[in-house]
Amino acid sequence: MTDVNLNSLRNQPDERGRFGMHGGRFVAETLMPLILQVESSYRAATTDADFARELAYYQTHYVGRPSPLYFAERLTAHYGGAKLYLKRDELNHTGAHKINNVLGQALLAKRMGKTKIIAETGAGQHGVATATACALFDMECEVFMGEEDVRRQKPNVDRMRLLGAKVHPVTSGTGTLKDAMNEALRYWVANAETHFYIIGTVAGPHPYPQMVRDFQSVIGKEARQQIMDAEGRLPDTIVACIGGGSNAMGLFHPFLDDEDVTIYGVEAAGKGIPSGLHAASLTGGTPGVLHGNRTYLLQDDDGQIIDAHSISAGLDYPGIGPEHSWLHDMKRVNYVSATDEEALDAFQLCSRLEGIIPALEPSHALSFVGTIIGDMDKDEIVILNMCGRGDKDLGAVLPMLEERGKL
Amino acid sequence: MTSRINTAFANARSEGRGILGVFVTAGDPDRQTSEAILDALVDSKVDIVELGMPFSDPMADGPAIQAASLRALKNGMTLAGTLELARGFRQRHPDTPLVLMGYYNPIYIYGVDRFLADASDAGVDGLIIVDLPPEEDDELCEPAAEAGLDFIRLVTPTSNEKRLPVVLGSASGFVYYVAITGITGTRSAAADTISAAYKRISAVTDLPVVTGFGIRTPGQAGEAASLSDGAIVGSAVVEIIADTIGADGNGTPETVSKIAAFVGDLADGVAAAKG
Repeated sequence: MTDVNLNSLRNQPDERGRFGMHGGRFVAETLMPLILQVESSYRAATTDADFARELAYYQTHYVGRPSPLYFAERLTAHYGGAKLYLKRDELNHTGAHKINNVLGQALLAKRMGKTKIIAETGAGQHGVATATACALFDMECEVFMGEEDVRRQKPNVDRMRLLGAKVHPVTSGTGTLKDAMNEALRYWVANAETHFYIIGTVAGPHPYPQMVRDFQSVIGKEARQQIMDAEGRLPDTIVACIGGGSNAMGLFHPFLDDEDVTIYGVEAAGKGIPSGLHAASLTGGTPGVLHGNRTYLLQDDDGQIIDAHSISAGLDYPGIGPEHSWLHDMKRVNYVSATDEEALDAFQLCSRLEGIIPALEPSHALSFVGTIIGDMDKDEIVILNMCGRGDKDLGAVLPMLEERGKL
Repeated sequence: MTSRINTAFANARSEGRGILGVFVTAGDPDRQTSEAILDALVDSKVDIVELGMPFSDPMADGPAIQAASLRALKNGMTLAGTLELARGFRQRHPDTPLVLMGYYNPIYIYGVDRFLADASDAGVDGLIIVDLPPEEDDELCEPAAEAGLDFIRLVTPTSNEKRLPVVLGSASGFVYYVAITGITGTRSAAADTISAAYKRISAVTDLPVVTGFGIRTPGQAGEAASLSDGAIVGSAVVEIIADTIGADGNGTPETVSKIAAFVGDLADGVAAAKG
């Protein structure tokens, strides 16, 4: 990694939306004119001080940014190694990092004169954030959600309905996030002239992976400043969970050129990688083309997409953002995984020791932290992105804990 | 050498009509019935056969063709199997143009060079790949041209004046006008929309322009074929398969006979509506 600073890792993608071989614009012609329009509008917005000011206003006064960087004293003592800091994005309005991106895209839609919004959602956090922004900016909101997820994330479905969004349960395929994204894309194809599609993760056709990353990078920029204020130096290790990978990209991107910072992305290993029932696209997948981009996918040797499995609806996706695929290929980020059971244990541990009920998604990241932090020196620093809170997961988690005699 | 596609358009033109194209998914509902359906299409005077390459996540397709893909995959169809069906078709029907239609991922996984070699060798005439816009031409469009396969472009109602030359610049074979802003099999386009689009597209290209998406009846097929250079019907044919399969998920004798009858009506509709 000696040439990292000579050749910045932070100026991807290229003009075709490629991160190395990954990314691109693999969409039906119906959507191409619109995607090109999103790209040029986004480019114009990034150099417009008014746009930045308006976004910053809502981030501060509506979302509650900056989110704290909290020294997790009891978890640190429990593991007995490096200091653990939690980037508290679960304290954002709507309870997760998703709102960072949604506000940016909603303001962009407004600039483009679009008042009808489409979104896909897995765990429902992106759907809730989108429904929230649509209420705030007086936009129509249609959310596509797999019927399996509608069932296991009912509180978020109720929130979306209360906020005025229309939730479309998706029954095609396996009724999870991948199918919700297919349906959202189909709906967008049919309504391309009137609707703006707010994609919830760093995937999809260019410019979405770049745009979502940029809006989420507020996480890493704040964390960088906050750790300098608290410790006077950069962290040794940063960790985030990965489904599509937006919270992770948001934390990682501002640190990519800091070669002394070790970076871990934690995928969902479900019932274990060897079982085949997992959502670890990098650990267990191969490059392919789906949902507008080339990236690592779970697929068979005929190029058919395989269903992902995870206890966490937010990680239950057979692909991953193309920038992660690129960072994986160049080995800048270490991609690892944690199983359902391991995440469940971390969920309970964090609740008991810190009084913070984490979402199942960052529970995967915390579980991985538990495997490395005890062996690190006491003056080393780890930052974990606590990207969502666990209220939405209680319905799924409590019966499992009771069944295991853990509650 | 004149291509089979060019010959098909020339023959229809000499009869004063547009072409009829029919889409079915390879291996739907099972391999054997699929072969019989392909033969029935030729017997029922289809001018161009579009053979769908099944994909687990067909993002531009409505419920009918999604279900067709899943039926075919469930019964074991693969891209290699699709190419075998194509090869058999070509041996039995030396003159009818055969176009493969689908999504990029199975081809990417099969290997682009290997796919193009095998498709050419099997007697395939052209490709329609829904999720490869001109921005990604180096992936498959350019290698396909080198391999002698037509790369047929979809033009949509959202393809504006600036976009049309980009889309048609690397097009060959014919142009597939997607008459609606939407997915397959959902709604139908108005006659004046098709006429206006035909004028717009023909101003930019010399290739024949055929109309598809949302054409469901012999009357609609005739109208679309008279307003442009042909009509393509997919979902309405594929729905017959869904309606006639047996409890075991395989085709029945009715599957083939009903498709033959319906496609015969479509061909009559196109022949009657001389443009």
